[in-house]
Amino acid sequence: MVSEFVGPLGVVTGVLVRFWPVWLALALVLAASFTYKKRLGLYGQLFDSYVGIAGVIICLFWLFTAVFASTISPFNPLQQIVVMKDALPGAIEPETHKIFLFGGDKLARDVFSRMVYGSQIVLIIAPAATGFALMVGITLGLPAGYYGGKIDTVLSFLANLVLAFPVILLFYLLVTPGIMDTPIPYGMAGLFFIFPIIFFCVLFWTRYKNRPDRLYLLLGLTLVIGGWIYVGLVFDKDPLRIVHIDPNQLNIFVAVVFASSPGVFRIVRGLTMDIKTRDYVAAAQTRGETPWYIMLWEILPNARGPLIVDTCLRIGYTTILLGTLGYFGLGLAPESPDWGTAIKDASRLLRQTIHPALPPTIALMSFVLGLNLLADSLREQSLKD
Amino acid sequence: MLFFILRRLGTMLLTMVCLTLVVFFLVNLEPNLKKLAISQTEMHTSAEQLEQWLVNHGYRQNFFVRYGQWLGVIKKAPIINPETGKAEQRFSFCNDPVEPVYSGVLQGDFGCSTKFKTTAAKRLFPALGATGILMFWVLVVMIPISLLIGILAGMREGSRTDRTLSVASIATTATPEYVSGVIFTVIFASWLGWLNGSAASASQGITFYNFTLPVMTLAIYGIGYIARMTRASMVEVMTQQYIRTARLKGLSFSTVVIKHALRNALIAPFTVIMLQFPWLLTGVVIVEVMFRYQGFGYILVEAAGNNDIDLLLGCSLASVFIVLITQLISDVGYAYLNPRIRVQ
Repeated sequence: MVSEFVGPLGVVTGVLVRFWPVWLALALVLAASFTYKKRLGLYGQLFDSYVGIAGVIICLFWLFTAVFASTISPFNPLQQIVVMKDALPGAIEPETHKIFLFGGDKLARDVFSRMVYGSQIVLIIAPAATGFALMVGITLGLPAGYYGGKIDTVLSFLANLVLAFPVILLFYLLVTPGIMDTPIPYGMAGLFFIFPIIFFCVLFWTRYKNRPDRLYLLLGLTLVIGGWIYVGLVFDKDPLRIVHIDPNQLNIFVAVVFASSPGVFRIVRGLTMDIKTRDYVAAAQTRGETPWYIMLWEILPNARGPLIVDTCLRIGYTTILLGTLGYFGLGLAPESPDWGTAIKDASRLLRQTIHPALPPTIALMSFVLGLNLLADSLREQSLKD
Repeated sequence: MLFFILRRLGTMLLTMVCLTLVVFFLVNLEPNLKKLAISQTEMHTSAEQLEQWLVNHGYRQNFFVRYGQWLGVIKKAPIINPETGKAEQRFSFCNDPVEPVYSGVLQGDFGCSTKFKTTAAKRLFPALGATGILMFWVLVVMIPISLLIGILAGMREGSRTDRTLSVASIATTATPEYVSGVIFTVIFASWLGWLNGSAASASQGITFYNFTLPVMTLAIYGIGYIARMTRASMVEVMTQQYIRTARLKGLSFSTVVIKHALRNALIAPFTVIMLQFPWLLTGVVIVEVMFRYQGFGYILVEAAGNNDIDLLLGCSLASVFIVLITQLISDVGYAYLNPRIRVQ
């Protein structure tokens, strides 16, 4: 047992001090944002309301925490220091005299360091998975909304099929250790990760068809970078060993993309059906533009407002999904410091100790809250125009 | 309208067939079958014996034949014991037929639960009943509170009440069940000791002491969302011409809100509440696991964790049915409530 403790005041100052790189980075970014507010477009307008400011600050806080995680956290998130088992917040570790700011958990790991490192996992997987879901949803939603007819019927049926699955059942079926022995996750990864490459190729092709110098450069870049990441992610055969993902993380990633792309698809389809009746689309059609040019360069830019709002909300929702996966112990390694796993471990022992449960819950809640506030304020701003 | 409902029911059936086929495929993947065989046989069984177990229990028949048997369009054939040459039951604990009969979901036979050693139906329906009670109380709490918050916020757009309530509802949508459940348990069970942190005893009898935490946890996530939708709908109604007319006639603000605005503002939340059911289902699983309440979510987790094929299929069928039927009700109800929208 530990005998030395610092008081509540010591814990608060300790936490504030440990976060110093975050405060510094936040101060710099906020000062720059306020100075150049007028020139920053939609981002600058966020600073007109308190809700927007709060959203930006919370999101940036967690972003910088993830970036500087190794500087902020005093201990390794997986390191077990036996004397610190179930230590209360503020306990001083006898050997290094560093403080367990939020105490130790049942495996004697530092709760504070685990919370900080947990942000890394969430902030890598959630936005990346949302990005892929966005690509899949846009690439399929645009033609479904624009052409209508059979292609729309088939794609909508498939989307509704996935949406009719309760998310938790989907995860129990798709994220199991057994499924990694089958080609299913890799097949799905191969299918989903090809969409960004298709998207960017079509994007550049439709725009620069008549300017070969630009076209070949951009297409080449897309294929080289996209192909490199594709090979690294799907086959784990990146020749330079930079792009790498663990099989169980790939499994989670694919399941999350699979669960959230039908939602994006539905929104993009609805927006496309609305926007295609506008005059500028008719004008482009009269000019003889190809359908894909109209979809990607006329419709998509005009659908960006609702899409940005939805993306913000969706990153928050993906964070909740990741937490759900962690809570049911699906996919992520049992010692992983992510918030969902931490909440699961702590919630089983709430009768004995409560302090390990609070940091990850509050972290997850505040991050999702930040994203929701951001989305709300973006929606208000786009309604003003 | 009748044609519309019939067509929707047709799509619904097709969706259910597709989804159960997908689930059937996923639970019958080789690693999952291995897991099932290992959990059902004695410790340290050799690979041949595992394989023999799978053959003996009919898991090695053709995939589509087995799906057809589960569905009830192909006759379920008993397993012939090679030694005696007689037909034997696959699982003795659930009265499997010993002669070929149509006995699938269409006939009301949900198969055998390998985890609970009984028929799947015997576990599934009581569990659905238990969850139904939970859902009922959640809806009783959630709907009035969320509508009230939404109406109060949307009544005067931009006022201080509006902004406070809006931020509060954003905060509740940012709090998933496993977060609010932990926080509520810490506050109400650990610190204050008012409520029971486990609902395990609720299966015997529901009391305020053991049932409040699960209901509260489930309701809070939905409240924010429904309240925001109600607010948006209320704000839209309050800018309509007929509200201004009513105000200019000299009616008091409360009369205008209650008599003129409310009815029109409640159409949209109806759809939203109906579409909340799929979300509630996920929430139910989390809450039932967290508070140890033996309902549908608990069954689903147990079935999925032990790859209990028939029970898991029954669970997916039930949940998909709930999702699709609520969608249908919301569409039909919307058209019924809002005379401006009629199905072509």
